[in-house]
Amino acid sequence: MSPLRLLPDLAAAALFIQSLRWMGDPGTSRRGVLAGAAAMALAVAGTLAGAAAGGGTHGLAILAAFALGAAAGYPLAQVPLTAVPQRTALSHAFGGMAAGLVGTAKFVHAYAEGGREALGPFVTAALGAEVLLGFLTLTGSLLAAGKLQEVRWIPQRPVTYPFQNAVNLGLLALAVGAAAALVAAPLAPWAPWAFGLLVLLSLAFGILLVLPIGGADMPTVISILNAYAGLSAVAMGFVLDNKLLITAGALDGSSGFILSVLMCRAMNRSFANVLFGAFGQTAPVAAGAAGALKADTAESAAQILAQAGLVVVVPGYGMAVAQAQHKLRELYDLLKRRGVTVKFAIHPVAGRMPGHMNVLLAEAEIPYDDLVEMDDINGEMPVCDVCLVVGANDVVNPAARSDPASPIYGMPIIDADRAHTVYAVKRSRNPGFAGIDNPLYALDKTFMLFGDAKAVIGDLVRQLGGEARHP
Amino acid sequence: MLATYVGLMSIQRVSRLLHTPLMSLTNAISAIAVVGALLVAAGRGQPAAVTLLGLLAIFCSTTNIVSGFLITDRMLRMFRKKGEGPP
Repeated sequence: MSPLRLLPDLAAAALFIQSLRWMGDPGTSRRGVLAGAAAMALAVAGTLAGAAAGGGTHGLAILAAFALGAAAGYPLAQVPLTAVPQRTALSHAFGGMAAGLVGTAKFVHAYAEGGREALGPFVTAALGAEVLLGFLTLTGSLLAAGKLQEVRWIPQRPVTYPFQNAVNLGLLALAVGAAAALVAAPLAPWAPWAFGLLVLLSLAFGILLVLPIGGADMPTVISILNAYAGLSAVAMGFVLDNKLLITAGALDGSSGFILSVLMCRAMNRSFANVLFGAFGQTAPVAAGAAGALKADTAESAAQILAQAGLVVVVPGYGMAVAQAQHKLRELYDLLKRRGVTVKFAIHPVAGRMPGHMNVLLAEAEIPYDDLVEMDDINGEMPVCDVCLVVGANDVVNPAARSDPASPIYGMPIIDADRAHTVYAVKRSRNPGFAGIDNPLYALDKTFMLFGDAKAVIGDLVRQLGGEARHP
Repeated sequence: MLATYVGLMSIQRVSRLLHTPLMSLTNAISAIAVVGALLVAAGRGQPAAVTLLGLLAIFCSTTNIVSGFLITDRMLRMFRKKGEGPP
């Protein structure tokens, strides 16, 4: 590669890094997107120019592939923001598939040429890693997207069976074995079979990896899949000896990895725990507590809210599925007009992907200054007059603090139970996604508002708004 | 290695507020795989299957480039401070 050809790649890598730095602050984040897009354009243009100079062909077909990809990508960017986790998972699937396909193409090409130097031990090992990571990301992400979209024939609840971990590890060992055999004898007559086996095992492993994972762990899994997609790009970089691929892939991989660690920390669980143990399987539902819940009307809830000094809203996935964020914004406006301070308490794993709640509340134009992270809001909870829990369950479950027998024991929570009064909006008397009973709802100071979050918050808005018009 | 380190440094400072846009941005960046796909697809004198796989990979990564950058920007447009009007 000529030094001149390296320039666009270097510039692109620098821009990618700058893009992530700008992403760190809400004020400069949009500039970050521009920098990222510019870097990508530069990388593509540089590669195209390099390929053309090297006598590359199929220009028209390549342009067509670009056009088709853009045509498919555009609608994917227009999904409702509640569907962002599914979209992200789907994108990871595309990313994994691209890496897997390039790896396959590379192998087919090198095998057809029969050159021993094209499949040296290092390249072949990287190729194996690329294919394994790429294809497991493909099926794993597809399954995750299906779970999030609540596709009917995909089980939402974690699926577990005896010897699950043994089966998974066995499959992984087989796949690694196939890759090792390829490294040892890349041009053996059986090598294409070993390669095919590796592809099949990777595809199967992706499915088995995500099958036992339930809703509460989804944010972690999505970021792990993000990391895998990045790592497969890194492996591709080693196969093709392309520094830009290695750099950009490593950026993606490390970002996914960090987010996974943050999510695990937010749930006080270890990586291994998320990957190898399903939530919910150890949580028998205690039926007794449900009877003690006190339902209340929107009318009296509205009165209590109007007289409060500080209201803390804790949004959860229930708010997202009901699309209640816009009604919540109306409630926020009405309360503010009455001089009530309203803050939103955001738990790191609320929703189905990291930062999901922030995006939804931003969509409803709630200023981000009023979104407070868990660690910062908990100090204020003892002076909070009303805590309004909207479709969140596990992130406000005091059993995480007090009950060593609870499956979520040790997970940091928002201390809703320390507020003077708690109103919980909930669709039914059943426990939440993780299937864990919540003693918060049985407290004396807790009142339930049963129903769809959007309808319930709408009622509250009508009550408050009606009073304003007819004093 | 260096990229990982720089990545770690840059990402650790991202506030939780921006985790979802961050992920869709890195998702778009991971579509740098398009470079590899291009190199494979543009190769001369190779089996047609190789070119086809490369083209398919270009298609896959382009969807990520387009949707990743667009949706990230769409989300970020919505984040605003108190008192800032709609753009």
